[in-house]
Amino acid sequence: MDNWYMLALVGKDRPGIVARITGTLFEGGGNVGEASMTRLGDSFTVMMMVRFDGDKHALRALLEPVSQPLGLQLHIDNIDGRLHQHVEPDVRISVLGADRAGIVAQVTGAMAEAGLNICNLETDVGGSEAHPIYIMHIEGQALHGVDRLHDAAQALLDKGVEVTVSEIDALIG
Amino acid sequence: MAVLEILRYPDERLKSVAEPVAEFDQTFQDFIADLEATRQSAPGCVGIAAPQVGRSVRVVLVDVSTKPKITHHGHLALVNPEVTAWDGFTVGREGCLSVPDFTGNVIRAERITVEALDQFGGSVKYEMEGYEARAVQHEIDHLDGLLFLDRLVSRRSDLFRRKKYQKSGGEKG
Ligand SMILES: [Zn+2]
Repeated sequence: MDNWYMLALVGKDRPGIVARITGTLFEGGGNVGEASMTRLGDSFTVMMMVRFDGDKHALRALLEPVSQPLGLQLHIDNIDGRLHQHVEPDVRISVLGADRAGIVAQVTGAMAEAGLNICNLETDVGGSEAHPIYIMHIEGQALHGVDRLHDAAQALLDKGVEVTVSEIDALIG
Repeated sequence: MAVLEILRYPDERLKSVAEPVAEFDQTFQDFIADLEATRQSAPGCVGIAAPQVGRSVRVVLVDVSTKPKITHHGHLALVNPEVTAWDGFTVGREGCLSVPDFTGNVIRAERITVEALDQFGGSVKYEMEGYEARAVQHEIDHLDGLLFLDRLVSRRSDLFRRKKYQKSGGEKG
């Protein structure tokens, strides 16, 4: 059997979440593929691909004795495995500036219209409570060419949002 | 000319420090030709280092002339190369013939000065920048047993120091 699942776990951050969850998976015969685990605010979020011989119910029964005491919400979906099918981003977009309402929607909306397919997006808020700084990094594919994204960045700048578009040309050597 | 077999991570030979070249005889010229044929056999490959084909000698070949809109010195064969000056730094995406199906962000110096011998033993010195400088730094790392995997930075592009761990228990270098 070669069953793949997407696991999502979210809860208040505390030490030991990753070790307890992955340890339980390993002892139960599960195998972690690609994963993204990160702290957002004071929550900890886990998204991971897991290969497991049993069905969805068996996987839930394995994890709940650990996830519930840790206060983690658990969500499981069946997926196709598809490791080694990385989509290579060819463009990086950075947004840096004063925090403002709707900036993610404004930037991603304009970029989607210009042909951006997002592979990865991370945002952070730094600075102080009184003067927050907004930071966003996007990696993606310019489906209609990078010039369209430069045009979109220019239009955003004219509306007061500073966006930098740079090409990613992965060096192979 | 022959296309040589490329070693893949985690082959231990990729971690050893290569020896300086002393002989520039016909055997060495034939090896350079084979190394170049190997580089050209890999699509999009802009550089190769001798340790990648299991020869622990300080030779790298770099040719970024196929990339648009950059400054470069054409095809370079650098023997016993040394980076003698660095300036600035930049994050860029790298992959490696020895690490298939994975690319990641790496910080490199923006501009470097390289002193080396050419393939016939004559002294050469280049000042280079950007993509070409990145390629040369990637390849020289191979001569010192380092892969770009040793220098990955987070997608959030923070700069952080890494402790370098050594295997305990009498491993050879
Ligand atoms: Zn390499």
